[in-house]
Amino acid sequence: MRFVYFARVREAVGVDSEERDLPAEVHTVQGCIAWLESCDPRYAVAFAEPARLRFALDQQMVAADAALAGHDELAIFPPVTGG
Amino acid sequence: MKQVTITAEPISTARALEPLEHLGGGAIASFTGIARADSGVVALELEHYPGMTEKNLNALADEAMARWSLLGCVVIHRVGKIAVGEQVVVIATAAGHRAEALDACAFLIDRLKTDAAFWKKEHLSDGSALWVEAKGTDDTRAEKWRD
Repeated sequence: MRFVYFARVREAVGVDSEERDLPAEVHTVQGCIAWLESCDPRYAVAFAEPARLRFALDQQMVAADAALAGHDELAIFPPVTGG
Repeated sequence: MKQVTITAEPISTARALEPLEHLGGGAIASFTGIARADSGVVALELEHYPGMTEKNLNALADEAMARWSLLGCVVIHRVGKIAVGEQVVVIATAAGHRAEALDACAFLIDRLKTDAAFWKKEHLSDGSALWVEAKGTDDTRAEKWRD
């Protein structure tokens, strides 16, 4: 799975994107978040406020319980603030 | 006629309006967002998700074109560092009559605020920088167009 991060989340994680092999038991966006948090403390900091996280799978906005199957790219970012 | 542009170069309302002026309609409406001189702010920095942001803006423009039978629609959003006073976003719509042009323009900026993958950081005069938080009032304004 390719992970991409934006804004405050990108700065907290420390990279704008990375490739990671998911453990077999991770099937959802929420599962990814919990797994990344267990990998390194910087993810726990980046994802500390779940209410302020948004997700996109292959550039389509999804909810935290969305299934990862069939997707290549998970984006994790704060609520958008353009315009 | 539909034009969606994301650019790191300075943008201009006048240039955005030009392609809409000879489509045969009787009305053009536009919205220009400017980097506001809030206390201590010297510049904004806009980040986007290349690929997804273009899809977000095209989907909104397509929806506006169909819903208000527009003759034309222009959405231009700047990214990167933007000094206070410079334009951040220009939205312009052309229609047969003013009501369609005005409503479509309001729809586009309200929904861009909540649906398009942009993130805004404020650079302050003391050298620090802060990410702008999303506002609940933006959700409320965007929600009123969902019917």
